[in-house]
Amino acid sequence: MSELRPVTEAGGRGERSIPKIILTDAEAGAAKFAGSDSRSYNYFEPKGRRATKYEDVTVDVQPDPKRWLSQSWLYGWPNGDLGYDPRWTRMQTTNWHRFRDPNEEWERTIYINNANSVRQIQNSIENAKSENVFQDWNKSWLPILAKHLSAWAHADHGLGMYVFMPAQRAGMTNMHNNAISVNCMHKLRTAQDIMLYNLELTELFPGEFDGEVHQEVWLNDPAWQGVRENVERLMNATDWVQLCFASNIVFEPLVGELFRSGFIMRFAPAHNDFLTPSVIGVSEREFNDRDLTYTVEMMKDFLGDETHGEANKEVMEEWLAEWVPYSIAAARGLEPIWSEPEIQPVSFEQSFERARNRFEAILSDLGLRVPEEVTL
Amino acid sequence: MARRSVTKAHKKIQELSWEPTFVTKDPKYKTDYKLTKGGQKDAMKQVMQSYFPMQEEKDHRVYGAIDGAIRGNMWRQVQPRWMEWQKLFLSIIPFPEISAARAMPLLTEALPNPEIHNGLAFQMIDEVRHSTIQMNLKREYMRNYIDPAGFDITERAFSNNYAGTIGRQFGEGFITGDAITACNIYLQVIAETAFTNTLFVAMPSEAAANGDYLLPTVFLSVQSDESRHMNNGYGTLLMALAHDENKDLIERDMRYAWWNNHAVVDAAIGTFIDYGSKDRRKDRESYAEMWRRWVYDDYYRSYLVPLEKYGLTVPHDLVEEAWDRIWNKWYVHNTAQFFATGWFANYWRIDPMTEEDFEWFEHKYPGWYDRFGKWWEHYRDLSEPNGHKPIAFENTGYVYPCRCWTCMVPCMQREDTVLDYVDGEWRTYCSETCHWTDKVAFREEYNGRPTPAMGRLTGKREWETLYHGWDLEDVFKDLGYVRNDGKTLVPQPHVHFDDSKMWTLDHVRGIEFQSPRVLINEMSDEERDKWYEDYKKGFTINNTL
Ligand SMILES: [Fe+2]
Ligand SMILES: [Fe+2]
Ligand SMILES: [Zn+2]
Repeated sequence: MSELRPVTEAGGRGERSIPKIILTDAEAGAAKFAGSDSRSYNYFEPKGRRATKYEDVTVDVQPDPKRWLSQSWLYGWPNGDLGYDPRWTRMQTTNWHRFRDPNEEWERTIYINNANSVRQIQNSIENAKSENVFQDWNKSWLPILAKHLSAWAHADHGLGMYVFMPAQRAGMTNMHNNAISVNCMHKLRTAQDIMLYNLELTELFPGEFDGEVHQEVWLNDPAWQGVRENVERLMNATDWVQLCFASNIVFEPLVGELFRSGFIMRFAPAHNDFLTPSVIGVSEREFNDRDLTYTVEMMKDFLGDETHGEANKEVMEEWLAEWVPYSIAAARGLEPIWSEPEIQPVSFEQSFERARNRFEAILSDLGLRVPEEVTL
Repeated sequence: MARRSVTKAHKKIQELSWEPTFVTKDPKYKTDYKLTKGGQKDAMKQVMQSYFPMQEEKDHRVYGAIDGAIRGNMWRQVQPRWMEWQKLFLSIIPFPEISAARAMPLLTEALPNPEIHNGLAFQMIDEVRHSTIQMNLKREYMRNYIDPAGFDITERAFSNNYAGTIGRQFGEGFITGDAITACNIYLQVIAETAFTNTLFVAMPSEAAANGDYLLPTVFLSVQSDESRHMNNGYGTLLMALAHDENKDLIERDMRYAWWNNHAVVDAAIGTFIDYGSKDRRKDRESYAEMWRRWVYDDYYRSYLVPLEKYGLTVPHDLVEEAWDRIWNKWYVHNTAQFFATGWFANYWRIDPMTEEDFEWFEHKYPGWYDRFGKWWEHYRDLSEPNGHKPIAFENTGYVYPCRCWTCMVPCMQREDTVLDYVDGEWRTYCSETCHWTDKVAFREEYNGRPTPAMGRLTGKREWETLYHGWDLEDVFKDLGYVRNDGKTLVPQPHVHFDDSKMWTLDHVRGIEFQSPRVLINEMSDEERDKWYEDYKKGFTINNTL
């Protein structure tokens, strides 16, 4: 670097001062010396043959005293807990850092995926408006959307803001916490998708669509109190793995999918509403393709641990004993809404049977069993 | 989305919140502040449906620019002096960013105001964005810059390095302890509102002057999210200010947070901007000038001082003291000198200063040469391995500093060093305020009131303790700061890309490393008093080696 020759001289316009551009020849390969070919992050074990971009931007950003963090955490909690404390979950593992988010979420994918979801919903609504499909809707269906679809937004909001939001502070690695934070945004976005859809319908059906009734329904309609209780209990639970487990392994399949797929998406077409399924279908797919996928992977990682797998399985079965009854009660509580719409293409029992099968399939994939004392 | 419909949408989503009745909500994160429900509005009025497409658009611009820089071969004109410091900066910054994401639930749990929670959710995912976008930028540097060593070990090095640790406390300060202290005052009111301009606006302009167009692209995009975060912070601060009994705590936290941010951020960014640049135009701003503009005028005078209308006393004395440290006590220059002394424990290279640099420093900081010129000449003379040891172990007259227990920056303003027996051991502090932070602020009681939510200073806070009595060769091996030939060191006190000029394990073998903290605690009272007195007197750099 001894001879640095400016190739442009500043000052072409007199007074202005601009930095010089200097050719430094500092690009990769310009010289060969020890280490000049070391062009990948070398401090973690990639899952596959080569590290993915997701791994590169995620792994070890949250350090660990058991790994490279030689001076340990610098701030602690008043009760003596470490900055990130392994005791914040009952799960145990020989290696926290094994888990990878199968969705490989990082900043680019988060914005691309969520912006696509937003656009998809907006386009569906715009198309429906321009084709004026609303005149074909069976008007008896409107109160169902006003009351029940909109009440569901509270569940999503509660899970996003007060379950996944705090959970993403608590996990032991950046891989866990980033996956959970993306889950958090899915829930919050869906809650708002539903609210803005509600706003559209309020404007499209003036005087016919009660945009605000959902608040009363969520708080006081007996059909919804089980769902609300389940969500509120999740909001108060603290073990971050338990939060993911009880939300995504138990509550979502038994209650969320039951409501979205088993009710809204089945009943809407019968009332000539082909729009709502495409609105709520976005979040249904997001849960199935993304949030459930990472959660199952995370649980399998704990269950497959060579030392602690068995103990983890026992804990998860305790969690099932604790949470399945709330979710079953929440699901069964919703039964009356199956008889509210004018046309009833499917009975509650049929929908619930599907949800239960789906739940059992997830459990059997994980190798877990619902404790005998719990009735599904 | 059109702005008008966003406003309407934002109003609508307020219908989502409710008060739980099946459980009594037990906040997972606590505060000793008194807060009452509701109150402040979220002025930014964003909804997810406006947010995601807007951010995606920003991303398109960033990634377009990255592609452009790679295709246009930016690294032909990038200054190695600058890029080397990015090995440190970009190893640190993704952790504070991700910590800011992790900090958000402290407030969503502790703050009874659902409207602000919505703003905090955007901040949470913004910060995930910042962390991973910066990791990706660093990955591009590693792949395209002439010397990838140091980038290749980035997060490991961040975790086990003394300077990484100093930076790490900045991020840890956001996420642990009292929810308002950590997430609101430390992160939002001080770190984001006072210091992100120097971090994310001043740094990029210096990067560009050194041929690096990527850092500006990424960091200005990051900075464009910050106004949302400052707004979150302001709303929360006003909620805290609504109760007189919080004033004591706000004042405590502002003093701690201001001083800690100054100690950490000014040390690092000041060094990058003043010592990491090859742009020595006399009319380009020095760090001190930037600080005066961004921190003193824009933040202190326009944001902090006006808070006094709420009956608060803002830390005027500490703002002036920070300026005094920067301007009269050579804070940034002392830091750069320490970084260069400590090159043997770094994972980046430090380019020696040239006559042109000297001239610029003397112009910007009159008196600089008398104080630092000789030492930097010694550094230059000792930069290539030539039978001598790394400069820290040669007799230049420089006294290797003890560390501040609180901010972990070395006690470089020698005369200000505080020595005290705290929690069963002798500790040193860089300043009265750092002493107070450990001894008074981070405790279970403050001014006679219980503060059960307050965090604690923990960890092995003096890095040197870990390697006391070790051979320097073993220190290198343990840290992993050895290149892939198994013997050449990652750090070098120069930017020659030539094996014959590079330091190897052979050059550092047989040197014993010592910890000032261990030594101070082993001394008799008399020895310690003497050491303290001498230390405060400072040192004189020898004219010749
Ligand atoms: Fe940020
Ligand atoms: Fe921020
Ligand atoms: Zn200090």
